[in-house]
Amino acid sequence: MSNRLVNILVPVISVILGLLVGAIVMLVSGYDPVKGYTALWNGIFGDSYAIGETIRQITPYLLSGLAVAFAFRTGLFNIGVEGQLLVGWFAAAYVGVAFDLPMYIHLPFAIIAAAVAGGLWALVPGLLKAKLQVHEVIVTIMMNYIALHTTNVLIRAMSDGGENTGTIKETASLKSVFFESITDYSRLHYGIFIALAMVLVMWFILEKTTIGFELKAVGFNKNASEYAGMNVNKNIILSMVISGAFAGLAGAMEALGTFQYASVKGGFTGIGFDGIAVALLGANTPLGVVFGATLFGALKYGALNMPNAADIPVEIVSIVIAIIIFFVACGYVIRYFLEKKNKKKEAK
Amino acid sequence: MDYVIEMLGIRKEFGSFVANDNITLQLKKGEIHALLGENGAGKSTLMNVLFGLYQPEAGEIKVNGKSVKITDPNVANDLGIGMVHQHFMLVEKFTVTENIILGNELTKSGIINIKDAAKKIQSLSEMYGLEVDPYAKIEDISVGMQQRVEILKTLYRGAEILIFDEPTASLTPQEIHELIQIMKRLIQEGKSIILITHKLQEIMDVSDRVTVIRKGEGIGTVITKETNPNELASLMVGRQVDFTTVKDEANPTEESLVVNNLVVTDYRGIEKVKGLNLTVRKGEIVGIAGIDGNGQSELIESITGLRKVKSGSIKINGQDVTNKKPRQITEAGVGHIPQDRHKHGLVMDFSIGHNIALQTYYAPPISKNGIIDYGKVSELAQKIIKDYDVRTQGEETLARSLSGGNQQKAIIGREVIRNPELLIAALPTRGLDVGAIEFIHQRLIEQRDKGKAVLLLSFELDEVMNVSDRIAVIYDGQIVDTLQPKDTTEQELGLLMAGQHKTGKDVKQGEQQHVE
Repeated sequence: MSNRLVNILVPVISVILGLLVGAIVMLVSGYDPVKGYTALWNGIFGDSYAIGETIRQITPYLLSGLAVAFAFRTGLFNIGVEGQLLVGWFAAAYVGVAFDLPMYIHLPFAIIAAAVAGGLWALVPGLLKAKLQVHEVIVTIMMNYIALHTTNVLIRAMSDGGENTGTIKETASLKSVFFESITDYSRLHYGIFIALAMVLVMWFILEKTTIGFELKAVGFNKNASEYAGMNVNKNIILSMVISGAFAGLAGAMEALGTFQYASVKGGFTGIGFDGIAVALLGANTPLGVVFGATLFGALKYGALNMPNAADIPVEIVSIVIAIIIFFVACGYVIRYFLEKKNKKKEAK
Repeated sequence: MDYVIEMLGIRKEFGSFVANDNITLQLKKGEIHALLGENGAGKSTLMNVLFGLYQPEAGEIKVNGKSVKITDPNVANDLGIGMVHQHFMLVEKFTVTENIILGNELTKSGIINIKDAAKKIQSLSEMYGLEVDPYAKIEDISVGMQQRVEILKTLYRGAEILIFDEPTASLTPQEIHELIQIMKRLIQEGKSIILITHKLQEIMDVSDRVTVIRKGEGIGTVITKETNPNELASLMVGRQVDFTTVKDEANPTEESLVVNNLVVTDYRGIEKVKGLNLTVRKGEIVGIAGIDGNGQSELIESITGLRKVKSGSIKINGQDVTNKKPRQITEAGVGHIPQDRHKHGLVMDFSIGHNIALQTYYAPPISKNGIIDYGKVSELAQKIIKDYDVRTQGEETLARSLSGGNQQKAIIGREVIRNPELLIAALPTRGLDVGAIEFIHQRLIEQRDKGKAVLLLSFELDEVMNVSDRIAVIYDGQIVDTLQPKDTTEQELGLLMAGQHKTGKDVKQGEQQHVE
């Protein structure tokens, strides 16, 4: 079996196995898996509205996945994407509400504000790691809580104790009339282009620039990088800031695209944490992140249709979705069996 | 004849690559049997087959005359086969006893019985003259002692047959001498030993018979007494090898490296280099001879900018580089073959091509405005792979998957091609076979003949004697003497390295000579 075939077969078999085990869970709990999966399929691809919403859901996952993957390539574990996303979300919404500017200034300003806010939020753990060797995992986790409650306070302050910043000005919106017209008024917005552009940006930085060369070298071997004259601390900080900027952009997608505002939150959005899974599913490569985000976004959105259309409780749906993702993540097990089978064949 | 181990016609394949082909090795009871071969000849593969880590595609293994299938290392253990690995597998924070019983703990109603284990280890240690303290922590004992712990580990588990995988690679001459005594003691007590090595002198000193493999094929077995290093070398490499390095008289010109009254501390803040003076001129090779731990690493690290200098100065090509950053020093015209090629020399998960660009990626012609031209990287890599005989499938291959000798050749290519005025080579031939060593020595001499300065750090006396034009002996953080290789002997160097003066008295502080 050629390598290429294995590379295609592994994800396909993983998804099929995940669907099968998910079906067993539904059967055991007394629900019809055929009905369930039909509902899932329709939830994702059923009509133009579903497709639009699915892509809309994929957008922030792309960016949170890139954020985690980018830090990973430099050997850093950025668990703080959730917090960086929240501050990015707030920054974009604030700029969108507070300023009156022409669109060609206002929209880029709001987007950049989100990236800068996310980057600054990630600068803190980067600095602490580089200067004081404080582990970034601890700092980023704690920064998530600080972000959550700080943005809540700021939103309340902005709205005189309200729950919501109010809708952003149209000049800062990513809303797409064109997309609305072809997807039956889904919330699909132009942000998807920004997310895809960022996939290219990450690929370009890592594969083409001296900065990417340094970041990867530091990620693999700090000692050899230092010996080769690279500034290891600078690279650690830079990596965190770029990662945070991607996370901030994910927040901008929600502020300027999906919701058009920022509101007080009782808990985390989960997009930042799911970004860890997205990045790992995609082996921390830009193209892999596209794959991971698509899977995550599609399943998450499509699953919403399962309770309505197939009467399967939300809890069971969560289990089924988790099982499918679990099997995809375990792709290497399937790869192992395929290769073992290959070996046996060769031995004969 | 009684053989304790017979490996007959062993063949091991990895995909289409044949690592071992029809190799036969027969170990007699009570002998030291050397297994000789170049880096990548298939010695480790063969031993991993014996140790149960790999299953052979063809061939038979017999232990004490009985055919056996060694399916995993536990089976090998039960058959009395123990392996002393080249890279020790010890837990630094644990004591000797804890390391030895790891995975095989003696328990009394569920509680580990350290005392009895320590007693048993103590008595084993005394029996074989190992002098290991069962309660010492691994991180506190020397590399030589750590190796003895590895030996004890196999003995503790009842090994009758010991495999030593390149045991002298990281030892000092003194430790090597002691190891040889230990091996002889083991034989006296009825153990049998397989010694994997590519050091010919060791084989001549210690082994009874030698099995040679070349490029995965068994070449044959010879009796040590009936052969000589030259014959062994040509059996191993497949051609005649020149041992004496041929070189012309040196033509030293102006000073390239001037180290003045240098003081450097190690990571604990303890002074390791204590007011050291050293000069290297263009057109000469200065060899630093000394026992490991006398400040060599700290000296090299401070010259190359990896470690801060406490006081004193370092000048390179007239430029003061004291406490400058590594890149500024590199740009002052320094090439550096680092002591630890895995830690400092290479990014193991980068391709060979990326590694070759590691020092030059940031400037033209490799990159422009922060964008790397990977076409140029590939060109440079292919040139080095060709010129420096780096044996690899291509520049895309990961550095990790190259043999040690080829990794080293790639590093040397990368450093030399920049044409540095000063080349610092720290243990450049450690762990390499004679063919690669010959090649690397020639490159160093070539640089000298081009009028470059070369500073060579080595723990191998014959390397220092052969390659250097001047020898600076380092002891306790100072250069205690400089000598011409032709005016000295290994005995004299050995004494100086151990802190004795030519007359036999101790070298005292302030009495050491300045080097030129």
